[in-house]
Amino acid sequence: MTEPKEAWITGIGIVSSLGEGLDATWDALNARRVNIDDKRFAPYIVHPLAPISFDAQIPKKGDQRQMEAWQRIGTYAAGLALDSAGIKGNQEILGRMDMIVAAGGGERDTAVDMAILNAEARGNSAPGFLNERLMNDLRPTLFLAQLSNLLAGNIAIVHGVSGTSRTFMGEEAASIDAARIALGRIASGQSDITLVGAAHNGERPDILILYEFGDFNLKEKYAPVWARDKHGGFALGSAGVFLVIESRAHAEARGAKPYARLTKVVADLAQRKQPGAVTRSLEALWSKLGVAGDIGGLITGATGAEPVTSEEKAFLNEHRRCAVRATGTMFGHTLETQFPLGLALAALSISRGALFPANDPTGLELELSEPPTQIVVVGAGHWQGEGMALVEAVKQV
Amino acid sequence: MTAPRDKFGRPIVVVTGMGVVTSLGAGKTDNWAKLTAGVSGIRTVTRFPIGGLRSTMAGTVDFVTVEPFSSTGLTERLADIAAEEAIEQSAIGRKGDFPGPLFLAVAPVEVEWPQRIEVSRAVGKPDFDYNDILRVSGGGKFAQLHHRFMFGSVASHLAEKFGTKGSPISLSTACASGATAIQLGVEAIRRGETEFALCVATDGSVNPEAMVRFSLLSALSTQNDPPQAASKPFSKNRDGFVMAEGAGALVLESYEAAVARGAPILGVVAGCGELTDSFHRTRSSPDGKPIIGCVRKTLADAGMTPEDVDHINAHGTATPENDKMEYLAISAVFGDRATQIPVSSNKSMVGHTISAAGAVEAIFSLLTLEHQRIPPTINYEIPDPAIPFDVVPNKARDARVTAVMSNSFGFGGQNASLILTREPA
Repeated sequence: MTEPKEAWITGIGIVSSLGEGLDATWDALNARRVNIDDKRFAPYIVHPLAPISFDAQIPKKGDQRQMEAWQRIGTYAAGLALDSAGIKGNQEILGRMDMIVAAGGGERDTAVDMAILNAEARGNSAPGFLNERLMNDLRPTLFLAQLSNLLAGNIAIVHGVSGTSRTFMGEEAASIDAARIALGRIASGQSDITLVGAAHNGERPDILILYEFGDFNLKEKYAPVWARDKHGGFALGSAGVFLVIESRAHAEARGAKPYARLTKVVADLAQRKQPGAVTRSLEALWSKLGVAGDIGGLITGATGAEPVTSEEKAFLNEHRRCAVRATGTMFGHTLETQFPLGLALAALSISRGALFPANDPTGLELELSEPPTQIVVVGAGHWQGEGMALVEAVKQV
Repeated sequence: MTAPRDKFGRPIVVVTGMGVVTSLGAGKTDNWAKLTAGVSGIRTVTRFPIGGLRSTMAGTVDFVTVEPFSSTGLTERLADIAAEEAIEQSAIGRKGDFPGPLFLAVAPVEVEWPQRIEVSRAVGKPDFDYNDILRVSGGGKFAQLHHRFMFGSVASHLAEKFGTKGSPISLSTACASGATAIQLGVEAIRRGETEFALCVATDGSVNPEAMVRFSLLSALSTQNDPPQAASKPFSKNRDGFVMAEGAGALVLESYEAAVARGAPILGVVAGCGELTDSFHRTRSSPDGKPIIGCVRKTLADAGMTPEDVDHINAHGTATPENDKMEYLAISAVFGDRATQIPVSSNKSMVGHTISAAGAVEAIFSLLTLEHQRIPPTINYEIPDPAIPFDVVPNKARDARVTAVMSNSFGFGGQNASLILTREPA
C-alpha cells in the first residue's frame, strides 16, 4: 500500500437558521445567537431557515421551481462551497469532481394528502379513490423534488458537478459515512476532489410527525442541548452544509488555500439495546482517531434526545479538558446535515484561530483561550449510528 | 496461479456468493430456469385496487408476505432472502457474523398510505389538518412507525441479522443503485480497507403512489393487456418500463482471500465506471456524452477494449428514450461491433426492479458467464430499425461469453456500468 494522501478542506458552504456564508455564521456564533420559531408548529419548536435569496446560487427560476425547499437549501449551500473553494464555473475541475450527498427525502404535497385523508375519514373512499386522487392532484414533477438522489442531480444541473454522484441515506449516519468514504477515496487516490454535504428542511409537518412517532421532538420550551435533561428531544433545524475536500497535491497544484486538514473519519453502529453501548462506541471511536490526550475542541451534533444524549455525556465526562460545543443548541437538529456542519465549524474555527464561544448554562462547555489546532467532531444519531472525525490545522512543510 | 492483483496493481475483486429474488421466483436456480425459458414475471397487480391507474401491471413479488404490510417491510424481507442465499453459497464467516461491511441499495423511505391513514384516524374529528395529526402522533402508540420509516432501517436490520462490520451504508442512485452498491464494495476492497463486502440491492416498492409517480412522468408502459407482453425493450412499439420488485445480493471478496479459504469463485468484477449527466433531471444529454463516458471509464477501469467484451446486459428499460440513448452510446464506443455483439434486456421478463436492478442484472450476467447461455429479450416482435442491436430475440442463446458489460442509468443523471468476467485476467 502506498502512503495515504493528505486531504484538505478547501471549500465550505453553510446556510442555516443563523444566516448564510461563513462570516454571518461566525458572527452569529460569537454573538451566541439562536433563531427559533415556537409558534408555527406549536407546541413544537423549529430553527427556521434565515431569509435567503436563492437567485444568488440558483439563477434560473425554472430550476428553483423544479426543487422543493430541501433541494434549494442544499443546492444553494453547494454553490457557496464551490465559490469558497474557488472552483465555481471551472468546467475542467467540476466535470471530474466526485460528489457524495447525504439525503433524506423531499416534502409532500400536504394539501393533496389532507384532502385524501379527510375524504377517507368521511368514508368517501371507494376502491381506486386513492389512485384517482393521486393521479389527478399530484404535480407530475413533485416526485423529482422528493427523490433522495435528486439533490445531487440538481447540484449537477445547476453547478455542473459531474464526475461521480452518490447519495447516501440513513439519517445522521449517512453524512458520517459520506465524509468517511470521501476521505478514504481521496487518501487512496480513488478521487482527487470531492463535494460532500447534506441539506435538511426542518419546517415540515410530515417530518415532525415522523419524529413524533418516537417522541423525539422538543416541545413547549426551548433549552440549550445540555439543559434539556428531563424534557429530552430535538428542535428540528433547517440547514445546508457542503464541503470541498481535496488531496493536498491537487489543492497545491491549483494554488488553493486550505481551511483545515481532514485527518480521519471513523464510524460505528452500536447495538443500542444494551445500555451504555453509545458511551462504549464513542470511546472506541476516540481511540481510533489517534489523538494524544484531551485536545482543544470537540464539536458534537448531540441531538438532545434520550437516552443517547446522556450516554454521550458519560463519554464527554471522561474528556473533561475538551472544550465541547453542541451545534444543536444554535442550529437545532438537522439530521443528515449535522455532521458536515460540525466539520465545517471545526475547519472554520481552525482557520480563524479561535473556537467559537460556549453557549451552555450547565457549565459542560468550557471556554478555550488558545487557537485550536485539532478539533474532534462527534455524531451520535438520535436512534442509531455513531461517528467521529479529526480536523486539524494544516502543517506547512 | 494468477497474481492476486490486477494490471493496475489493485486487489482483484471476485464474487463468491450470489442470491436473487424477483417476480420469477426466489433463488438463482428458479430465476435462471425461467429467465432462459423466456418466462415473464409481469402480471396484473392484485395487491391493491388498480382503478384509476393508467398502468396496471407490475413484476410484484407476491409469494413473499410481510405483516403488517409496507413496501419498506417487503423491501427488507426481499433483501433478507437474497443475502441469506449469497452468504450460504460463499460459506463465509459464521452464522450472523459476516466479516466485512454492508453496502445496501434501497429505495428512499417514507411513511406509506396505509400507515398515514391509520394515524389520521386517531385524530377523531372532521376537517383536520397535518398539525392535528402531529398532535396525536406521539405518546408511543405509533412508536414502531418511527423505526419502520427511518431511511436506515433496512440496513440496520440486515447489519444486525448478518453481523456485518462497521457502519452499514444505505445508498440511492435511482435506477443505478444496485450497480453503485457493488462499486462501493469493489472500491473498499481495492483500498485495502476490507477483504470482504456484502453488497445488497432491494426494492419492494410497488404501491399506488410509487406507480402514480412514475406514471405522471410518463415513464411506465400502458400496454396493460396482456401484462406479460408489456415490457418490450428495443422494440419499435415499446412505450415505457414496467415496475417490478426484487433483490440481489453479492458477497465480494479479494481474490487472495477467496483462494486462501478455498471459496467458490463465481466471477470477477473486473471494472466499474460512473459518470454523471448534468443535462436534465430525467433525460439524457442528447449527444449521449455522459453515457459514452461512463462506458469508456468502465472499460478503462477494467483495462479492456470493446473487443474484449462479448455480451452486454443492457439497462434496456423499454422507455423510448433509454433504449435509443443506450444504442447511441454503445455504438459510439463499440463501433461496428454494436450491431454484432449480443445485447439482452432482462427487464423484458422481470420488469424494472429499480433500486435492485443493477445487482439483479449483475447476478444474471454472472449466471450467463457460468452457463455460457444468454437469456433472451422477450416480446421482441417489432424491431426498432433505429436500434439495430442483436437483442437475442425471444429465445435464449448458447454462446461463448468471457466478459459481460452490465449497464444502469437512472434519473438524476446517474450512469454506472460494470464489467464482469469469469476468471481473473
